Amino acid sequence: MVTVRTSPGPALAPGELSSLEEELLRLAGEVPDPELPVVSLAELGVLRGIRVVGPGRVEVELTPTWTACPALESMAEDVSEVLKGAGMSEVTVHKVLSPAWSSDAISAEGRRKLAEAGVAPPRPQTLGGPAGSGPVAVDLAIRCPHCGSTDTRLLSRFSSTACKSLRRCESCGEPFDHFKEV
Amino acid sequence: MTATEQTTTGPGTSERTASGHAPAAAGAATAGTSPAAGAAELSGAARAAARALGDDALVLAQRLGEWAGDAPVLEEDVALTNIALDLLGQARTLLSMTGDEDELAYLREEHEFHNVQLVEQPNGDFAVTIARQLYFSVYQELLYAALAARGGELAPLAAKAVKEVAYHRDHAEQWTLRLGDGTEESHRRMQQALDGLWRHTGELFAPLDGLGVDLPALHEEWRERVAAVVERATLTLPQGPDRTPWAAGAGRQGVHTESFGRLLAEMQYLHRAHPGASW
Repeated sequence: MVTVRTSPGPALAPGELSSLEEELLRLAGEVPDPELPVVSLAELGVLRGIRVVGPGRVEVELTPTWTACPALESMAEDVSEVLKGAGMSEVTVHKVLSPAWSSDAISAEGRRKLAEAGVAPPRPQTLGGPAGSGPVAVDLAIRCPHCGSTDTRLLSRFSSTACKSLRRCESCGEPFDHFKEV
Repeated sequence: MTATEQTTTGPGTSERTASGHAPAAAGAATAGTSPAAGAAELSGAARAAARALGDDALVLAQRLGEWAGDAPVLEEDVALTNIALDLLGQARTLLSMTGDEDELAYLREEHEFHNVQLVEQPNGDFAVTIARQLYFSVYQELLYAALAARGGELAPLAAKAVKEVAYHRDHAEQWTLRLGDGTEESHRRMQQALDGLWRHTGELFAPLDGLGVDLPALHEEWRERVAAVVERATLTLPQGPDRTPWAAGAGRQGVHTESFGRLLAEMQYLHRAHPGASW
């Protein structure tokens, strides 16, 4: 059952978490991304908050990378499953849009794992112009995750999922996905 | 205010298939990710305005989806359907703020949709689709930026979607340049497409009650941005009237062009034939 609410979900202030909440946050954060299972939800930066609201009742905030990302529903189910495994009887997942997710939210460890899995990580937004200015005008070097060459070419702004573009390495000839800056 | 969608899974509702996906049945007891309706949050004119923008996104998503399996090259097949998916996400969020998204998409009649006529225009050849994308994405980027800056209920979605639409606009610009400054044939067709859709562009900037954004004030900036791309592409900005004489701005009043009925039939027949169908 999905309802749309305008009231804010549970706030997340790290200092305010109980030890139970910290444990549940850690468990939820370890859930792998359904589309890119090499990175966890915590590394992707989509887990926004958690709050135990009663005995066995917990509320979680997730934010989508892209508005229509179909993986969010799987994430909600996976988080729910994990938290129920940890003894929670009722799990409520809020989908929050604000503040908008940015590719800068991917952790350094997440970026390393993406590159290792053959997906070129997003470039920091600060290099590409003011935040929110959209696709960068200048083609800053994107490194081939296979051979490390910076001589790569954009094939299409859109690829296998909403959050990736398709490129090809001019050195080794391999095509690869690039996590888009947003 | 923060727009949130809430998914609740109670005890015993987490059964899954072996593949790890939610069960196929649309039963009430399945894990809570079905896009069922939410409580309507907006009222009055603000609600009507959000619904009109949701209709724009939904109808264009449906049109772009028609290219699936049929685009000139594989990369464009993927690109156009990715853009359609982005628009569908925006539509779901907007329509859910005004009622049950499924009922709104599948059970309304033609005259109950308040999308602009531009988005319902048939795909035509690839140039027509690109011209429609150029006109609409430049408009939508300006609109969402204004909505995000204004604050209010639509701001969270607008602030997020404006970044996605920047990619749509970039895609349309690149293709306009390539087609306009390409071969004689691609130039001719791109110009024809820009000219043919021009009469549907004025409606984008008709005032929309309850939106809180001065749409007519965005018209000049839109014209300048579109003109800059069109000129770089060695094309000419159309000079004719930007409204249809018989129904200026009428999409917002529920008056649509002939092909819209067929689009709705395609979009709605499954749901109407099998109410509540799901997979």
